[in-house]
Amino acid sequence: MTSVLEARALGKRYGRRWALRDCTVDVPAGHVVGLVGPNGAGKTTLLKLAGGQLEPTAGDITVLGGRPGATPAQLARVGFVAQDTPVYAGLTVADHLRLGERLNPRWDADVARERVARLGLGPGQRAGRLSGGQRAQLALTLGLAKRPELLILDEPVAALDPLARREFLQGLMEAVAEHEFSVLLSSHLVSDLERICDYLIVLVDSHVRVAGETERLLATHHRLTGPRRDPGRLPADQHVVSASHTDRQSTYVVRTDAPIHDPAWTVSRLSLEDLVLAHMDGPPAESRRAALEVQR
Amino acid sequence: MEIPVIEFHLDAKSGVSPYLQLVQQVRHALRLGLLREGDRLPTVKEAVAQLAINPNTVLKAYRELEHEGLVAARPGVGTFVTKTLTDTSLAAHGPLRLELQRWLAKARRAGLDDESIEALFTTTFRTTAQEDIA
Repeated sequence: MTSVLEARALGKRYGRRWALRDCTVDVPAGHVVGLVGPNGAGKTTLLKLAGGQLEPTAGDITVLGGRPGATPAQLARVGFVAQDTPVYAGLTVADHLRLGERLNPRWDADVARERVARLGLGPGQRAGRLSGGQRAQLALTLGLAKRPELLILDEPVAALDPLARREFLQGLMEAVAEHEFSVLLSSHLVSDLERICDYLIVLVDSHVRVAGETERLLATHHRLTGPRRDPGRLPADQHVVSASHTDRQSTYVVRTDAPIHDPAWTVSRLSLEDLVLAHMDGPPAESRRAALEVQR
Repeated sequence: MEIPVIEFHLDAKSGVSPYLQLVQQVRHALRLGLLREGDRLPTVKEAVAQLAINPNTVLKAYRELEHEGLVAARPGVGTFVTKTLTDTSLAAHGPLRLELQRWLAKARRAGLDDESIEALFTTTFRTTAQEDIA
């Protein structure tokens, strides 16, 4: 299977600040990939690097096997819906479709027309007069009619109310079912992504904290609750994601491929949201490494 | 295309994975006689557009149902029910429900609240199931 996104030691620096650092991921094609993390974690930077709008400061990135934005052919294969789903306020819906047709060699006019009709958008309506939900749907229509192999969306639903949010994701998933392209979208809310993503990348403090197929992540993360225990006394194959202790009790979130048989623990599954929060809460990568070295 | 017989729904807080919820809903509908042999399930596109979920979730659920021999996919047409789960037991549902209602009324009169009733049912169900296995 080809990779839709492959990054090796990828980094982007603005002045003295690293917006993204040491990012290594390999995402197979055919997934709806969720990129989650707090605001300022580097999500937009990673997406813009993938879309070819930014050049890396360090490392390499390939998208669908090619260098992002390198050739017109590469540009045609990747769709990009920027943050807050921007449209041209002064142009009409029909103008947007004409523009899309002119600028995109693989433009699918039927998809565009059919979606606009179904959404009830009047061709003569100016985009500036549309509601937030309608504007987002128009931007999505342009992204879909481009017929990309990968569609990148930066926080597409953040500004939408719950109904518009649901409708947007319905439209996106329907298109994925029909045209079978890959999707890479970011959100700072896991709940937005829980139903639609089958692959997840968690980005915290400009580092990739964890990445993998959602089901696999859910199957390998466990919450352990029991009598207080030092992390050094956990089996070596249980990687501590987060830990909290009271005088008598310890609660760990661990990642392990092996089943947990220790009768002292009450073992429970995590929701995707809890899993992501545990990774966000956990110590940053460097201090975790340091802690492990001290234990040895 | 004609309208499918059932619509799916998802409970985000149930703790049951979405694909399994879809499988259970089909089995449930089969048991209740809501779905019969020859009925068409929602297409992947229909289910996805309705629930806003990943298409792979629906595909996985349908594969599982196919594996159980309950449905069959006809490429380009849809996924169809090939087996019924009701058999002759459907006729017994009415009287059994009536008995259960009487039992529930009795439990309430004895002072059990909803939670105690559920706990009593679940533990009895489990022990009986275990005895059956043994």
